Amino acid sequence: MEMNQKEIRIGFYVCHCGSNIAAMVDCPDVAKYVGTLPNVVLSRDYKYMCSDPGQELIAKDIAEHKLNRIVVASCSPLLHEHTFRGAVEAGGVNPFFFHMVNIREHDSWVHTDRKEATEKAKGLSQAAIARVAKHKKLEQKKVPIHPDVLVVGGGIAGIHAAMTLANAGKKVYLVEREPSIGGHMAKFDKTFPTLDCAACILTPKMSAVGSHPNITLLSYSEVTKMSGYVGNYDVTVKRKPRYINEDLCTGCQDCISHCVFKEPKFADEFNENLSKRRPVYIPFPQATPQVVLIDPEVCLNFKRSVLTDKCKKTCVEACGEKKAIDFTQKETLLDIKVGTIIVSTGFQTFDAKRIPQYGYGKYPGVYTALEIERLVNTSGPTGGHVVLRDGKTEPKSIGIIHCVGSRDKKTNRWCSRVCCMYSMKLAHLLKEHTGAEVYNFYIDMRTPGKGYEEFYDKLLEEGNHFIRGRVGEVTDWAFTKEEEGKLVIRVEDTLAGYVRRIPVDMVVLATGIEPHSDSNDVRRLFNMSCGSEGFFLERHPKLAPVNTFNDGIYIAGCCQGPRDIPDTVAQAGAAAAECMALIDKGHIEQEPNTAFVLADECCGCKSCLPLCPYTAITFDEALGKASINEALCKGCGTCVAACPSGSIVQNLFDDEEIFSEIKGVLAYE
Amino acid sequence: MSKEWKPRIVAFFCNWCTYTAADLAGVSRLKYASNTRVIRLMCSGRVDPQFILDALSKGADAVLIGGCHPFDCHYAEGNYKCLRRFEMLKRMLKDMGVEEDRIRLEWISAAEGAKVKTVINEMVTKVTELGPLGMPQKFEEWDKEMEQLTHHVQAADAAQGAPCCAHAQPQKKEVAHV
Amino acid sequence: MVKYSYFPGCSLKGTGRAYEESLLPVMKALDIELEELDDWNCCGATAYMAVDEVKACVMASRNLAIAEKLGHRELMAPCSACYLVLNKTKHYIHESPSVHHVLDEALKVANLSYSGNIPVKHPLDVLVNTIGLDAIKKRVKNPLKGLKVAPYYGCQIVRPYSTFDDQYNPTTMDRLLEAIGCTVVKDFPLKTRCCGGSLTGTLPEPGLLCSYIILKEALKRGADVIATVCPLCQFNLDGYHDKIEAKWESVRIPTVYFTQLMGLAFGMNERELGLHRGFIPMKPLPAAFAQPVAT
Repeated sequence: MEMNQKEIRIGFYVCHCGSNIAAMVDCPDVAKYVGTLPNVVLSRDYKYMCSDPGQELIAKDIAEHKLNRIVVASCSPLLHEHTFRGAVEAGGVNPFFFHMVNIREHDSWVHTDRKEATEKAKGLSQAAIARVAKHKKLEQKKVPIHPDVLVVGGGIAGIHAAMTLANAGKKVYLVEREPSIGGHMAKFDKTFPTLDCAACILTPKMSAVGSHPNITLLSYSEVTKMSGYVGNYDVTVKRKPRYINEDLCTGCQDCISHCVFKEPKFADEFNENLSKRRPVYIPFPQATPQVVLIDPEVCLNFKRSVLTDKCKKTCVEACGEKKAIDFTQKETLLDIKVGTIIVSTGFQTFDAKRIPQYGYGKYPGVYTALEIERLVNTSGPTGGHVVLRDGKTEPKSIGIIHCVGSRDKKTNRWCSRVCCMYSMKLAHLLKEHTGAEVYNFYIDMRTPGKGYEEFYDKLLEEGNHFIRGRVGEVTDWAFTKEEEGKLVIRVEDTLAGYVRRIPVDMVVLATGIEPHSDSNDVRRLFNMSCGSEGFFLERHPKLAPVNTFNDGIYIAGCCQGPRDIPDTVAQAGAAAAECMALIDKGHIEQEPNTAFVLADECCGCKSCLPLCPYTAITFDEALGKASINEALCKGCGTCVAACPSGSIVQNLFDDEEIFSEIKGVLAYE
Repeated sequence: MSKEWKPRIVAFFCNWCTYTAADLAGVSRLKYASNTRVIRLMCSGRVDPQFILDALSKGADAVLIGGCHPFDCHYAEGNYKCLRRFEMLKRMLKDMGVEEDRIRLEWISAAEGAKVKTVINEMVTKVTELGPLGMPQKFEEWDKEMEQLTHHVQAADAAQGAPCCAHAQPQKKEVAHV
Repeated sequence: MVKYSYFPGCSLKGTGRAYEESLLPVMKALDIELEELDDWNCCGATAYMAVDEVKACVMASRNLAIAEKLGHRELMAPCSACYLVLNKTKHYIHESPSVHHVLDEALKVANLSYSGNIPVKHPLDVLVNTIGLDAIKKRVKNPLKGLKVAPYYGCQIVRPYSTFDDQYNPTTMDRLLEAIGCTVVKDFPLKTRCCGGSLTGTLPEPGLLCSYIILKEALKRGADVIATVCPLCQFNLDGYHDKIEAKWESVRIPTVYFTQLMGLAFGMNERELGLHRGFIPMKPLPAAFAQPVAT
């Protein structure tokens, strides 16, 4: 049937999408109109084109009416172009003899006048009819998928994704920028709502990652470059010097106790600066890899990170025969090849100093939630003994302020999703540790999750105070004698209807989740998009939540938006499954939208050569003609637009097709 | 043309940013003017200045181009190539008497559904103020003028008794606008 | 010599006279010329604002129109209330075409017009951000070493138009006071809290409570003196000590204008700076650094 290229026989389908389209567009009228256009043999409206019967209808009509071109007017091609191409192919027609018209996202959903919306649908459909007549038969190119996977970010998302893939027999590179994997979860004491110990559930997974034969753990490393395309990515990883040979270090930590600094002196980042460490240190006892590192900023053998060799190097002595310490270590670059990538770079917590009226950094009694996580932790700076910064006073009253840097037009507008729950968790733990009166100041309690509302009930029963209102100020000036020497939380209690002053010893700020300050660099590195708030953008909010617009690159965890641990793990598993789907298929069909040069017409002007960002265009000096390497071409079409002689053609977007489309959209009055 | 005139705008949106943003506007159920007809291209770098001229000559009152923000092009720098051509074309159109507000290039990222709405609405307001461009009608008038001129010359030639030559053949109509 | 148009407002000619008395010599010492507006009128603050906002803006706009006639010089308004109302009027002119229209019509009657473009500046802004702390430090003869000052900004100069400092935690005066050698009470939590405003006159109890808290907390933090930028704040914090004492306790601490402290640091005479006008004298305090002046 495709042999008969002479006669163009177009089948047109307009989808109601239930009432999504039909409510605003008169679908039968569109079908009637399109039926009168040249080359249209068949024109139908149908309730759900993407359903099985809808797709089968196309295949059946192709056979019955000898159709050789298909146009479907329905939703966005980004959603269902693939589906309908499949249906067309199933009917025995080349899938590229198909064009899709977007009358939902671009029409019925955004307009309010039924007549205008119907006219627009007719205009767009007419353009597609004009365009599809010019379509050519194309073949999809099959590209093999490299079976290795890169996971960027070693928090719980990256750990889970890497383990899932490795257990399925895939080779995984896990890159983590900190000295140990574990991410934020490693800092938590307990997890809500079950209150099981975070370390107990995380550390076994961490050590499994460290010892898994299929996982190459690249800690203290960052991805600096990525190129290539789905199935064949070339990635450069920068390995920062730890001044310790990872292969030789056994994790005995003798060097730490033998450091010339007898007492730990430097702020310990893992404990949120609530304790001190030495220049040679291991971030935390369960760190993976179990390898120490040296901080050249403060090590006496360096001065401002430059090696001076002026220290006694008692650490080297202590290391002895192992010879793991190497002060000459330099930053190295590692090139790896992978087929798919999972980005799970996580989040940063909101900087509480941005809201000065809450007094963080001003009053020592004000803490961030993450600091409290460390403070209640038995392996934390005080061994789980909750005391104020003076190291001895136990707080008798504690106020927890919710939504710090969340749901706030002045800072971050979004809800961070986890703060209500972790605030209650901390309320429970703080009460358990200190017996203090605990006040929660909330805007709304948000507890959507399995067992979450029940946890809230439990907290209420435990006698925690919940005061509804956004806190105006944390201050230390006193109104009454009782307030002297305390921190006073001023809040409008919106349920009681008046302003209250609650004096407390300790204030906990439930800081929200926000994208990393360098998320824009990461986004560019992997050619992804960001939402306006800076979280990485998924391909579709409902149906492709772990996919990005770049095939073969997936996202998981809080880098895509705030979420709790169960959701993060689920998403990481989904991303791993997406990778496996590609790897196990072994190849990917590439969109055949590449460009080629009509050698006969090329005049050899070389205008196109400098335009190609992928250097896919070469020039044959002998022939005086340009030619395009199809494997390198990514199909942007820039060279096509620039060619003065019109001798470059882009498949699927050739001039003839686009001119027909322009004519088509303007033909309808 | 008896009904109220409304501007017709042809839009060329890149697949990765602006087309997706328009999808987002739809998913978010934002409401905007229905005058725009979007043609999807892979990259704003594919926008051949001829597309714009062709759209205007075939009856568009304005043309909108949407691409990714600087540094964010899916194809590294297609948006810059587009910008370069756009600036040149703008000068040329100005010389041709086409008002500047009739062509617009906007960087709209995949997250900026609301920007699609504002840009389209702004453009519709502006072009409504400008009124129809009416290139096809103008072409018709110019063709008629040419024809009359031809007749005129023929008549003059005939009066002088000069032989009918090239003038005898009426000009092919498409010359001006293809 | 930098030249500013100068709008004193009623306070600086009345209860807040010491502010003007200290502002003018300090500005002069820093080579800033202030040209007082000719025939200025009430800025439109407090009572007017509450009764009829548009008419209050009309009054303010007349002053702005007169300033504009002097050319495109910036207008300095030292009183917080004037500063706020003049800025608010400017804001309305930019934001609300209907208010702008009313103002235009009203000004026309007086053969005036106002474009809305004259910047209204606070002396604190000019001193720190235009003149700069370095220039001020150079001028200091007697650094006020050992004088502990609680910086008190009041509510009006940073809210709602926080043009030159943070709304919640302004620091411009802190830095200025440090530059002239004072020790500043760090993070004084009440620096932008209400002094009681005009409430003290009508509903004394809550008004006085506001003042009492500020005075008490300043003393608690070891301050020798409170520095303020606002005539009404100075009046409230300085003028009701007997009543406060009768109600709560004695919280006697002087409240002075920041310009008075600058004048002292510049080696000026305390009487010239109007320091004798306060109810709670700063008397025993300046001795320590007043002596070098005598020598």
